[in-house]
Amino acid sequence: MAERFQIAIVGSGPGGLSAAAHAAELGVSHVLLEAEPHLSNTIYRYQKGKHVMDEPGILPLRSPLEFKAGTREAILGAWNDGVARLAVNVKHGHEVSKITAQPGGGFLVECANKAQMIADRVVLGIGLQGNIRKLGVPGEDLPIVQYTLDDPGAFSGETIVVVGAGDAAIENALALAKQNTVIVINRRDEFARAKEGNLRGICKAIEEGTMPCYYNPGPEKVEALNVGRKKGRLVLQTPQGRAQILIDRIIARLGASAPRGFVEGCGVKFPSKDPSAVPAISPQYESNVPGLYIVGALAGYPLIKQAMNQGYEVVEYILGRKVEPADEPLLRDRLKNVPNFRSVDAFIADIQRNVPLLSQITPLQLREFLLDSEIHAPKPGATVFAKNDYTNTFFSIVEGEVEVVVDAAQNRRIKLKRGEFFGEMGLISGRRRAATVLAGPGAVLIETPRRSMNRLIQSVEAVKREIDKVFIARALQSRFTPESPIERLNEVVESARIVQFKAGDIVFNEGDPGDCVHLIRRGSLTISRQIGGKDVVLSYVAAGNYVGEMALLGDSRRSATVRAAIASETIRVEGEAFKRLIQRDPILRARLQAEYSARTASNLAMQQMPAGGDIISFLIAQGAGEATDILLIDEALCVRCDNCEKACAETHGGTSRLDREAGPTFANVHVPTSCRHCEHPHCMKDCPPDAIHRAPNGEVYIADNCIGCGNCERNCPYGVIHLAAKPPKKPGLLSWLMFGAGPGPGEAPYDPKAGKSSEKKAVKCDMCKDLKGGPACVRACPTGAAIRIGPEEFRAYARNRS
Amino acid sequence: MAMHESIFDYSRYRYLWVSMVLSLGSIVAYLWHDPIGEPNGGSWLGYTLGTIGALLILWLLWFGIRKRSYKSRVGTMRGWLSAHVYLGTSLILIAFLHSGFQVGWNIHTLALVLMLIVIFSGFFGVYTYVRYPAVMTRNRDSATRQSLLDEIAELDAQALQLADTVDPKVHAAVLRSIERTEIGGSFITLLRPSDETDNALDQVKTFMEQRDKPAAGAPKKDMSTMFAMVDFLSAGSADAKSDALRKLLDTLARKRSLTDRITRDLQVQALMEIWLYVHVPLSMALLAALTAHVVSVFFYW
Repeated sequence: MAERFQIAIVGSGPGGLSAAAHAAELGVSHVLLEAEPHLSNTIYRYQKGKHVMDEPGILPLRSPLEFKAGTREAILGAWNDGVARLAVNVKHGHEVSKITAQPGGGFLVECANKAQMIADRVVLGIGLQGNIRKLGVPGEDLPIVQYTLDDPGAFSGETIVVVGAGDAAIENALALAKQNTVIVINRRDEFARAKEGNLRGICKAIEEGTMPCYYNPGPEKVEALNVGRKKGRLVLQTPQGRAQILIDRIIARLGASAPRGFVEGCGVKFPSKDPSAVPAISPQYESNVPGLYIVGALAGYPLIKQAMNQGYEVVEYILGRKVEPADEPLLRDRLKNVPNFRSVDAFIADIQRNVPLLSQITPLQLREFLLDSEIHAPKPGATVFAKNDYTNTFFSIVEGEVEVVVDAAQNRRIKLKRGEFFGEMGLISGRRRAATVLAGPGAVLIETPRRSMNRLIQSVEAVKREIDKVFIARALQSRFTPESPIERLNEVVESARIVQFKAGDIVFNEGDPGDCVHLIRRGSLTISRQIGGKDVVLSYVAAGNYVGEMALLGDSRRSATVRAAIASETIRVEGEAFKRLIQRDPILRARLQAEYSARTASNLAMQQMPAGGDIISFLIAQGAGEATDILLIDEALCVRCDNCEKACAETHGGTSRLDREAGPTFANVHVPTSCRHCEHPHCMKDCPPDAIHRAPNGEVYIADNCIGCGNCERNCPYGVIHLAAKPPKKPGLLSWLMFGAGPGPGEAPYDPKAGKSSEKKAVKCDMCKDLKGGPACVRACPTGAAIRIGPEEFRAYARNRS
Repeated sequence: MAMHESIFDYSRYRYLWVSMVLSLGSIVAYLWHDPIGEPNGGSWLGYTLGTIGALLILWLLWFGIRKRSYKSRVGTMRGWLSAHVYLGTSLILIAFLHSGFQVGWNIHTLALVLMLIVIFSGFFGVYTYVRYPAVMTRNRDSATRQSLLDEIAELDAQALQLADTVDPKVHAAVLRSIERTEIGGSFITLLRPSDETDNALDQVKTFMEQRDKPAAGAPKKDMSTMFAMVDFLSAGSADAKSDALRKLLDTLARKRSLTDRITRDLQVQALMEIWLYVHVPLSMALLAALTAHVVSVFFYW
């Protein structure tokens, strides 16, 4: 008979650990199941001495365990002590494989090691890292087989087999090969998933014969040896036959299995297929399976302190007690400006009643949403945001109304009322605000940051549908018929749908029949034409513009090929509906024709100067297609004085955020390694403390609440973010000039390691948003080689240089 | 619209115009002025031009401070350099008009000479800034200096491995050439680089010639070009050693071209910086001489 517990907690991360500790503190019968031989595997695997931060600082901690910012060792030590002190019932080596609800109530929890237990309630705190994939052959758990590698420098003179085909395996193999004999085992036939630099490195090593590689082998077993010089051997089946390798060590980097499959296997539903979607849970953290609770990163709360608080609260809820959520005082504080504010719950109820878009989501999601958001009660006539700002927050109207200035010259405005929303264009297209919005009487607005809004869109299908519908109508109206009412467009809106393209996908080909118009809603497109057997780029079209109208106005066939420069989305409008709209609307017709002839003239000019097209193609290949502002250096002017880098370092606490020398060059145009301030910044994708923001002028910057996790560094495809410690302070200009005290302006510190190296934070270009007069790199360039330009200037730039 | 503007056409030649107006004004005043005796620094115009010149020198020297004031919002560096070049040039004229073209063996002329050296070293700097950036880009061919050095180290390892399979003599020659390969060094070395790889190439070729003698009959004495070797190799006797030799030749030739490129790169960079070693210290000397000039003029007045 399986043992029975009141609460089974799966996973000993911050959430699970805190829950188990609280249960132990209260004397509730519990079990904490952990697959690894240590607690909190994710934090355990941080590099030694890593400084762990305790954002958000304003949130109080509620847990029997201690947690404050400090080194990885100090934090794990405090937790181990707490677990021992409270006598938490931890079972290590118990990897939960299945959780099934029992007919009579409670759950049967089965583990990979055949252990079984019954629990009344289950708390899932397994995080998002997933379980590390093992070799899957006998001997996979021997001490000579390891699945992580902290410090490649720790081994030398050994024979090491590295198994895996991903970046982690390749990086390990290359680093180990410096002082070891390394053999690579790739269980596929190529290294398809690897980054380009890694791929080049490994292919070269294999080709030169310095690193033997087995493709497609079937490992059979690993054995430890007591005799001979090597500690063990690996037996494997190769296409040439059976082979054995004598080894000192095996390092297997096979990735981890995402936890989602397991979670769905427990009966928990995810709202969409998007990998960022989180399961819906109640305010008491209960999932759609009654009795099964979810806390921590898996529920969408990636920060340690949040997870620990939830662990505490979930035990309280299971015991049927009422706890005021830890965020209640914070929310109350945030809402205190709201006119007639009564209570947080009443305000949340108001929102659910008044704002249809937000009525779809659970009160818990709404709390989180409000915690991330700002609540405004602006005076009538105050500017909410101005046209051409680069902000990308999303606004919902809880009370009152706002006015959108559609046409500033003629002072034409439209009103948006309670329950409506705005700001979706900046959010979706990542470009400047299309219009100024002014507050109306009694306006109460929720301003939500991009990340929270995107999470909501991914998690709740209905929200996505509603926003897309409104987006299409508003985008078409503002681009095509800003002077007539939105109802005019009904037919066109009905026919429109959103189409997605991957980078390089063809939107339509030269010579195709023209049957639709595409309005770009995110990303950008290039227009090219076959001239003399060569594809010549004629133009670059950014989000907010349209393509394909030429075929509908004049000739009926496409006159050029249109491709997606980066991953893009367009609104596709049916040609017939669009033609009828043009016939009804003479102003639109005239405007389209004017733009049409301007475009034809520009294309013709470009055709005569194919070099210009080559420069555009080059810039697009460097990621300029998603840039909002890119640093370009004219190498015919650049005297390599590195004053740009020096100025960057001097104005940003001693670390330069740009690397002038690195990066490709074409026709003397050099694209240095420096932030492009992408329309949809890759770095923002996965920032636990949400520290990366976009300022009104478009600068993507990292705020001080960065926890130094390095996600942004990994997510940036252009390598422009790195983690840096603050270097030591420098002497002033005079004491350097007169007395030689320390490094002078623009010089590197004498001892770069003198700074606190453990407290590293991510640094990147912020376009010197806090300095007047623009970026220091451009201002400090003595020869005029460095400039920053936006995508709308590419065409003129290319033409000017060809 | 942001475009690359050089220091010459900065802000539509603003400082060219400023310095032309200044120069023309000075010339007109000089021609119009009718001093007692010869034109000299002691007339009112002489003092005026002297003051303008001295202030200009102080302002030109301030460039060194401004360049290091990275947070300064007073103009851009490009504007400052443009003005530095144009106004610095007009200083030649102003100084001569100030002195009424009088020179002698004295402290005053020392200041003038120092000033001229500083200005002309600046002209050389401007010349290198115009001439060499594009040369450097072409020579680099999108590689960074570090990646070139890395590739050389790799080629060295390959060459040693190949030489090892051929003959101890060849191995020794290749090893010696690697040990002696020096990149960079003093300015003189940079301007007249010697390449050890050439020696190794020659020795490998000689070695091949010797091997070649019985097979290909009497070779010409001056058969030291690679093309001849290639002919020989393609002619026959393609055993493992000739294969390795051919690869060795390729490797050494590639290394040769890389060391050439990197040396050229360093050379060009040195040329773009070397003039500063005259320009800056002598400008300090000029400041001292100028002070002496001004003090002595007032002292002996």
